Amino acid sequence: MKKVSLANIPSLRWMQRLLKNRKARVGLVIIAVFVFIAVFAPWIARYSPQNTNFGPLEPPNAKHWFGTTGLGQDVYSQFVWGTRASLLIGISASLVSTVMAVIFGMYPGYVGGWFDRVMSTFTNIFMVIPGLPLMVVAAAYVHQTSTLVLILIIGLTGWAGRARVLRSQTLTLANRDFVWAARMSGAKDYRILMKEILPNMMSLFAASLMYGMLGAILAEAGLEFLGLGNLTAVTWGTILYWANNGGAVLDGAWWWLLPGGLGIAVFGTGLALINFALDEVTNPRLRPTVGNAERLMRMWTALKGRAAMNTGQDGAGQGGV
Amino acid sequence: MRYFLNRLGFLLLSIWVAVTINFFLPRMMPGNPALLAASRYQGTLTPGALHALELQFGVTNQPIWQQYLQYLNNLLHWNLGLSLTYYPVPVSQVIAQSLPWTLGLAGTATVIAAFLGTALGILAAWRRNGATDSILTTSTTFTGHIPHQWFGLMLLFVLGYDLHWFPVAHAYTASMTPQWSLAFASTVVYHAILPALTIVVPGLGGWLLHMRNNMIQTLGDDYIVFAQAKGVGPGGVMFQHAGRNALLPSVTSFAMALGFVVGGVILVEVVFSYPGVGYQLFTAVENEDYPLMQGLFLIISMSVLIANFLVDLLYARLDPRVRRAGAQS
Repeated sequence: MKKVSLANIPSLRWMQRLLKNRKARVGLVIIAVFVFIAVFAPWIARYSPQNTNFGPLEPPNAKHWFGTTGLGQDVYSQFVWGTRASLLIGISASLVSTVMAVIFGMYPGYVGGWFDRVMSTFTNIFMVIPGLPLMVVAAAYVHQTSTLVLILIIGLTGWAGRARVLRSQTLTLANRDFVWAARMSGAKDYRILMKEILPNMMSLFAASLMYGMLGAILAEAGLEFLGLGNLTAVTWGTILYWANNGGAVLDGAWWWLLPGGLGIAVFGTGLALINFALDEVTNPRLRPTVGNAERLMRMWTALKGRAAMNTGQDGAGQGGV
Repeated sequence: MRYFLNRLGFLLLSIWVAVTINFFLPRMMPGNPALLAASRYQGTLTPGALHALELQFGVTNQPIWQQYLQYLNNLLHWNLGLSLTYYPVPVSQVIAQSLPWTLGLAGTATVIAAFLGTALGILAAWRRNGATDSILTTSTTFTGHIPHQWFGLMLLFVLGYDLHWFPVAHAYTASMTPQWSLAFASTVVYHAILPALTIVVPGLGGWLLHMRNNMIQTLGDDYIVFAQAKGVGPGGVMFQHAGRNALLPSVTSFAMALGFVVGGVILVEVVFSYPGVGYQLFTAVENEDYPLMQGLFLIISMSVLIANFLVDLLYARLDPRVRRAGAQS
């Protein structure tokens, strides 16, 4: 019986190596905890995040693990629901900017020519125009920013760096033999992109999606802090906004200040640890031991695979004649 | 020379894009922001100022290309309209007063973060996979993801309100008038310490990691092995051979670092009520002062674009390969 594991799917082999990396495991645990909190928020939170029936500015106690806000809301419940909202905003905005990055980076990188030159100049320009001020201005023109608008503003402004990364990787892949083979056999462009190129840059794609998510969460927190987001929602960003505007610093309410920022920082650290590990997995020099033997083994298996394919095809051809 | 022209062209092109975004954004939005702002300020504005505001935000029957040309013409004469918050002070004057504070704060903090982060990155790479490396990388990974506004608030909380070590707001003691004196300079530095710290600490991580990874990449190159074989000491290899070459990619990542810094500075200035462009942008947004907001966005973008241009030139000075490659593309 054939053993089913990640190692049997060539394009997912990086995932298996990732799981062997200590940093990656720590990162994955952190992210898993946050995702768990986000998914099961209604069961984990103890009260409604908007419930103002408690005593204001209570320090952490048995009833309110993270204390209460100036308005008498439970900070713990706010943090739990805020985790869900922030993660959702992060992933949605990241998906929007991924689409932009594919349109402005990956596709032109594959097509090449003047189209690529125009798009990459445009990408480079968007990369140097400072992001937060642009978002601030865009959000300021829209009155009463809803969460959806916020996601669009963040997603549509923060794609340039990722477009560049995806483009450069596409460029290196677009001239490989297997891509030419697919082209010669008459495969459609989008099919080559999706079936040949994308699977070979999955690790980069995943990293880019994760970093987009983190950037979006930070951007959301920044916009909320300036009062430009949806202040009726409960997110890590709005918790910080209300803590600042409700006088948490003056009142010495450290418990109100801590959770929002700490949530972002720890979540970001988790993502970064995974990303380091991805770097180490894909860049042998960053790995503790330089895997020359491993590289040889990989070349050998690749050659063997190609040889097997060739003989297979030859055999079929002869059989036909 | 061709490289220079190439970069100059890019600079002008990107400034043009920023200007164009500034022009079209308010015109794309549903509900005219200028009308709303004008109605709020109805009593204070003169009819002439109201008309100018309407022109600036497209409440007019002129075709859009004519509005656009007029807008460009106004910009060329550095005519950014009047601020509504500080009416009737011109936007350009508000910018002239606040820009030096931001440039000073952000510039100093960025330079400190870049030097310190790079030096620590060399150290981490040299002792890679040892205790120093993992402590440095793990701790700066955490600090590198701290939101600026939160870190600022924490510093304010502990060092400002709790321990009373540092002033909690503004750029200098309110009782003093700005002047060129040692006493004034020292109060400026004293007030800038917390805001600068808030920018430096989250910024360290990026420089450190970048340098560390470049260093490790470089240390695997043949000429490093050759230098070692030649008998160059560890310090010589670290700084003279590997460090100098690994530094180059760090210079290009400046563009991204700067974007991060600028976003951070805006938030930090709001936390510490520091009178720079970020704080003014916040004021403009709060008061729906659209002319001031447009002007500030423009000046912030232009500062960043020009800084990038200068770094590109510096990069070419440092690495002749860039000059040649840049001339071809």
